[in-house]
Parts: sequence; structure tokens; C-alpha cells
Amino acid sequence: MDMPATAAARRLSRVDAINWNRLQDDKDLEVWNRLTGNFWLPEKIPLSNDIPAWNTLTEHEQQLTIRVFTGLTLLDTIQGTVGAPTLIEDAVTPHEEAVFTNISFMESVHARSYSSIFSTLCATRDVDDAYRWSEENPFLQKKAELILERYRAEDPLMRKIASVFLESFLFYSGFYLPMYWSSRAKLTNTADLIRLIIRDEAIHGYYIGYKFQRQLAQLPTERQEEIKIYAYELLHELYDNEVKYTEALYDDVGLTEDVKKFLHYNANKALMNLGFEALFPASVTDVSPAILAALSPGSDENHDFFSGSGSSYVIGKTVSTEDEDWAF
Amino acid sequence: MAGLVYFSTKSGNTRRFVEKLGLPASRIPLNRSDPPLRVETPYILVVPTYGDGDPRSAVPSPVIRFLNDEHNRSLIRGVIAGGNTNFGASFGLAGRVVAEKCQVPLLYRFELMGTVDDVHRVLSGVNEFWKRSA
Repeated sequence: MDMPATAAARRLSRVDAINWNRLQDDKDLEVWNRLTGNFWLPEKIPLSNDIPAWNTLTEHEQQLTIRVFTGLTLLDTIQGTVGAPTLIEDAVTPHEEAVFTNISFMESVHARSYSSIFSTLCATRDVDDAYRWSEENPFLQKKAELILERYRAEDPLMRKIASVFLESFLFYSGFYLPMYWSSRAKLTNTADLIRLIIRDEAIHGYYIGYKFQRQLAQLPTERQEEIKIYAYELLHELYDNEVKYTEALYDDVGLTEDVKKFLHYNANKALMNLGFEALFPASVTDVSPAILAALSPGSDENHDFFSGSGSSYVIGKTVSTEDEDWAF
Repeated sequence: MAGLVYFSTKSGNTRRFVEKLGLPASRIPLNRSDPPLRVETPYILVVPTYGDGDPRSAVPSPVIRFLNDEHNRSLIRGVIAGGNTNFGASFGLAGRVVAEKCQVPLLYRFELMGTVDDVHRVLSGVNEFWKRSA
């Protein structure tokens, strides 16, 4: 069985011009189109409309919000400057390399967005304080170190596991807060921006997880089992730290328990992106409906026809389809 | 016993969900060059959501091709949609589009490859659904 040479090995000898009309994996083009179609910049969001709402937050709530965003900035910085560039080196098709250049840049856009929020809403001194906090907070630093350790490791599969956990799990202790404010009609423009980041991270987690699964499938069964055990172990390690990080941030505002549900819910999705079964049962993933509604505005109607009364579903009526492919 | 019809790309999320259900299921072929699927009994369609939130591109083309066959379309009884709540309002959008086009209920939405709880809910729900429609 031939494993394709990685981009890093290939690049040292020669680089061939990329040909998007000759694909080895059509998923590369599908994801490239999706990502480029989703391109955005923070300037498109009218963040200054959130200034009045920002001023209704208590000093403590403001501090919490800035801290949460510096934590997110750190993760985006890692993913933009270390994670995605490392995945370029592990790529097995030229188109995969190109997709990771997009992911790398968008992570830098995400990291840059938090600074736009800060410069629009916050006092410089408070932001500087929060950056200092982020450099000293042991749980945030440990989270970064656990990921960087895997990125430094030799195995491309381990790097992809760490990367999917970052994209699909580690951000969510932070994403919770803007969704919470949004559910209380506060910082709604900031929430719009965060939802764009959340959308991007979903595609990143999906794509990296897909590439992981393709590579994993080529290995002998015992090795596959080892890697699966490794993935669950890393998740547990990250989760234990994430709980402490969550408690440090949210205990004072009484939100820790609901944030933990959000962590469980997203840890399950991270595992599924890797092709593994969800870990946390429904009894601990029941995130408050207000948060889910903030995550998916307009999509919160109950579509569980089976357990509903039967009145909760409507056969759709508002969607206009003009696609000529539908012949009827 | 009526069954499921599903579509799944190479990433295989919908295929995995359907396999976990363990119900009789037929897969809509991925490529235009494959022989088209033609069904003979009533079925529930399981479909992943595509694209950028535009309803016109939410339903995968092979599913549209399958439903364009009037005989196939006459046997659809409901739809179950895959997706991801990260995509906001377009979570499971393909299910809503098919429900509208075919005038059948959107029965359920699941994320990615579905959890054990999704599997239990859909299994008992599908069972009830066919009993009621019998």
C-alpha cells in the first residue's frame, strides 16, 4: 500500500503547478468552494452598534467577556500560525495544501476580529489586563500546550486529532458567552460575528476530520484501534482541563453547569468529525434552548416530529427553489 | 416492510447514521455514471445538507435526480435531514426543501453521524410512523 508523500517531502525536491481541473479528491474542491464562498472580514459587521449594550454590562461581566475573547484569540493564533501550516505539510494532495492555506488565513482573520471587538467596545487598559491574564492563566496555557505538544509530534494522524479537537471542541467554552449575551439581546452584532467564526470552524473540523478518516482507513485494524484509544484519551485530558478553565471563568456568574453541557455537546461533535462515536449521553448534553436558539437563529422550531405532538411540524412553505434541476 | 433511502458523500456521515439504524436501506448512487436507483415500496428519505445556506443548493444533486423520477417521488413518505447546528438557520435545510417540494413531513434532524440517542429516537419514531401510516 503506497502512502502518498507528504507536501513537506515533495516540496523539498520540486513543486508542481496546481491543476484544479485534475482532482485526486473532489472533496478538496467542494470544501475550497464552500470556504471561499464564506469569506468575510470583521469590517462587515457593525460592531459599534453594540456600544450601548456593552455599557449595560457590569464591570465584572465586561472583564469576563474580554478574558473569554483573549482566550479565543490565543486558540485562533495557534491554529492560524502553527496548526494549519503544519497540516499543509501533512497534505497528500496539492489541493488539500491550498485548502489549508485558506484555513490558515481565516484563522488569522478570526484572531484579528477579536481585536476589532476590543477596539470598538473596550478600554485599552482593560484589554491589556486581559491579555496579561491570558498569558498567566494556567488552564488556558495548559490547553495551548496540550495542543502544541501534538502539533510537534511526528504522526500526521495525531496532529489531525489535536486539530479537530481545537476546531470543534476547545473553542466552545468561549463561544458560549457571546451566545448567552445574544440570547439576552445583548452584544447581538458581536454574536453575528462569532456565528461567522462558528460556521467556519465547523467546516474546518469537518474537513480535517474527513482527511483524518481517509488516512486512518489505510492502516491495519490494530493501529486504527490504538489511534482511536489515543483520541479518546486526549479528549479526556483536554476535557478535564476545560472543566477547570470553565469553572475559573464562569463560577462567579453561575453559568458553569450550562457551559459544561455545551462542552459535552461539542465534544460529541468533535468525535463525530473524526468518525468516532459520541461520548456524552443526552442527559448531560441538554444545553439550554436559549443558547441553541442563539446558535441557530430561525432554526429553533422543533423538527422532532416523532416525539412531538404532531403539530410542531409544518410542511415547508417559504423556501423558493429556482434550481432548474428540480423538474417537477 | 417499507425502508429507507439515503444519500451520503465520501465523508460518510449519513451512511454511518443509516448503518447504525440497521433498517433496510437503499443508497442513491454518488455518480451520474452509476445505474440510477429505482424504488418499489414507500420509503423515508435520509439526506445530508449541502452548500452555503442557499435553499437552491442545499439538496445534493443526486438526490434531486432521484426525486425527479416521478415513480420514486410518489413513494416518499417523509424526510430525515443531517446537518450541523453550526450552520445556523440552514441546519438540516435539505430536509425542509425536500419536505416542501414533495409535500411530506420533515421527521427529524440529526447532526453529523448522529448520536446513540438520535438512533433510538429515530428507530422508535420510524416504527410508530409506519404503523400509523399502515
